[in-house]
Amino acid sequence: MNTLTTALGTGRLRWLRAALTVLVAAAVAVGAPFYFAPFQVFQLTMVLLYAVALAGLNLLVGFGGQISLGHGAFFAAGAYTAAVMLDRYDTGHLATLPAAAAGCFLLGLGFGVPALRLRGLYLALVTLSFAVFLPPLLKRLESVTGGSMGLTVDKLEPPAWSGLAEDQWTYFVVLAVTAVALLLARNLLRSRVGRALLAVRDNESAAEVMGVRLALHKTLAFAWSAMFAGVAGCLYTWVIGFVSPDSFSFVLSITLLAGLVVGGLASLYGPLLGAAFVMYVPSVSQDLSEAAPGVVFGLLIITVMFVAPTGLAGLPGRVLGAVTRRLQRTAPLDRTPGAEPAFGAGPVPDAHPKSPAESGPSATVTPADPEVADAEPVGAPPRTEKE
Amino acid sequence: MSTVTDLLQQVVEGLGSGAVYASLALALVLIHRFTGIVNFAQGELAMLSTYVAWQLVASGMPFWLALPVTLAVSFAGGMLVERIVIRPVQGAPELTVVIVTVGLFIFVNALAGLIWSFTVKDFPQPFPDGALDLAGVRVDWSTLGIIGVVAVVMGLLYLLFQHTSVGLVMRAVACNPASARLSGIRVGRVLMLGWGLAATVGAVSGVLVAPVLFLEPNMMGGVLIYAFAAATLGGFDSPVGAVVGGLFVGVAETLTGAYVDVIGADLKVGVPLVIILAVLLVRPQGLFGRAAVERA
Repeated sequence: MNTLTTALGTGRLRWLRAALTVLVAAAVAVGAPFYFAPFQVFQLTMVLLYAVALAGLNLLVGFGGQISLGHGAFFAAGAYTAAVMLDRYDTGHLATLPAAAAGCFLLGLGFGVPALRLRGLYLALVTLSFAVFLPPLLKRLESVTGGSMGLTVDKLEPPAWSGLAEDQWTYFVVLAVTAVALLLARNLLRSRVGRALLAVRDNESAAEVMGVRLALHKTLAFAWSAMFAGVAGCLYTWVIGFVSPDSFSFVLSITLLAGLVVGGLASLYGPLLGAAFVMYVPSVSQDLSEAAPGVVFGLLIITVMFVAPTGLAGLPGRVLGAVTRRLQRTAPLDRTPGAEPAFGAGPVPDAHPKSPAESGPSATVTPADPEVADAEPVGAPPRTEKE
Repeated sequence: MSTVTDLLQQVVEGLGSGAVYASLALALVLIHRFTGIVNFAQGELAMLSTYVAWQLVASGMPFWLALPVTLAVSFAGGMLVERIVIRPVQGAPELTVVIVTVGLFIFVNALAGLIWSFTVKDFPQPFPDGALDLAGVRVDWSTLGIIGVVAVVMGLLYLLFQHTSVGLVMRAVACNPASARLSGIRVGRVLMLGWGLAATVGAVSGVLVAPVLFLEPNMMGGVLIYAFAAATLGGFDSPVGAVVGGLFVGVAETLTGAYVDVIGADLKVGVPLVIILAVLLVRPQGLFGRAAVERA
């Protein structure tokens, strides 16, 4: 097992592996739109866009330990910011992105202030009721938002020099924004802000004693997270070219949380996996029945929380850990009779040397999970136990 | 109609819907007292119970016979949910528990859609048509009926908790699970009982509100938000608070809908948001709740 972790996890090899992964991922990402049919490219675009929202939610829930059941509302705010700017002021697409980001950042900041006093459940309550309240509000502000009819705006147009089809161009634009957003999320977590966030999640009082400014960081976590959701919403408007209040019901908020949990909380690439889920589970299971996506999602969330709290992203690590543990367990078992003849008197003591071997690796394997090792500066394993 | 009777009319209607919120809020509070969990799936469980009642009535059973059967089924269902879904995460961080109940919410909602489809169904009105005229204020029999049923449920719960040995045991567990276990109480069973009771009380709210809202899988979504507001206002650990909070939220909702033009009927759902925010910022433990003192 030791050789395995060193091979995977240290020094130059690890750097090489990371570089290789990035190269392959980039090659696949760039090649994809030339290989797939337009509709599939559209689906991939949506996956990327959801990944941005989930990365934001992950900052708050996975790394910040605060619960939001209302991120669909920030997503909607971003989408409407872009749509209204395009519809009324004809600003062009590029200008809408910083506006949506800044607007949602401020909105998140506003929500972050009550979030300071609200812990866990209460924050979930407030954000949920905000998500429920938003669609009727959007319908009411008809003069700006177009009411329940929604707004239809221009999609992205490929410039002539690119020679790309519309779906391909849209894909590349969204890919670029997503890449920047994910990189930003990653770097944010490796910075002072990220470390403070983790400290607050794991032990609020201890973090405060260590000099982390609680109020500032909890509010900022909400703001950053809302900003990512807003950017995703803005991309949504670019891609779909249509927004209506009913596209952003509170079901969206719940689906986002569900996707994140299934993909993997507090994991750096969990949001990508989760986004694929948010996109493909409904479209695949919808053929069975209208209710099938919900049944699948609901069951998956509960199952994931029971058996794999680290989500899909953590699954390889957990499986690897379990396998190496199994190997480890059998190895000392072979040695037992020879190595410890003093114990080897009968079948009963034979069971005892096993237990230290069992507890030993399980304690060392967990922190050496490749998933956690990847997120090394981030450090903390996902929360599975009460502190 | 004079303004005063008009106002009273709105208040009466508010009390009618408030009684429904109170009953779902009571279910939330029961579970919170026993397990410290806020059950986001409470409304959906109530909706599922309502479908059971609808199915029984649709297959020819008279309503007043279908009701006790439904309540019994809900009780068993609630116990089952505790045992299968909640027990494994008991003691896990709040985040985990909330996510599990959200998962349950999605699952139950979709399950109802899978079995009974998403088309809206008529639910029989158990109370007679017509109304009582109290000095110009029209009080529908159905409103009186709803308030009456909720009052009966509350009375029964009060008797159960204060005057039976089961109630005593349940209070002991809610108060201090560890000590209760040490004095020989089977805490796990009591928790199951608590969830069963909560599901039953929730089912009452579902059955009462179904004739008004019409039955469909998303029926309880809105009601749940109001019930959250009611429980927050009353305090999440106070049954009395849940009832008072429910009635208050109902009246506040109706009055704002009727008198504040900017809000109107469509934005009424903002009322619970404002109430929740105001309570949490001013008096986070709610009107009747005790402030939790936490040791780090």
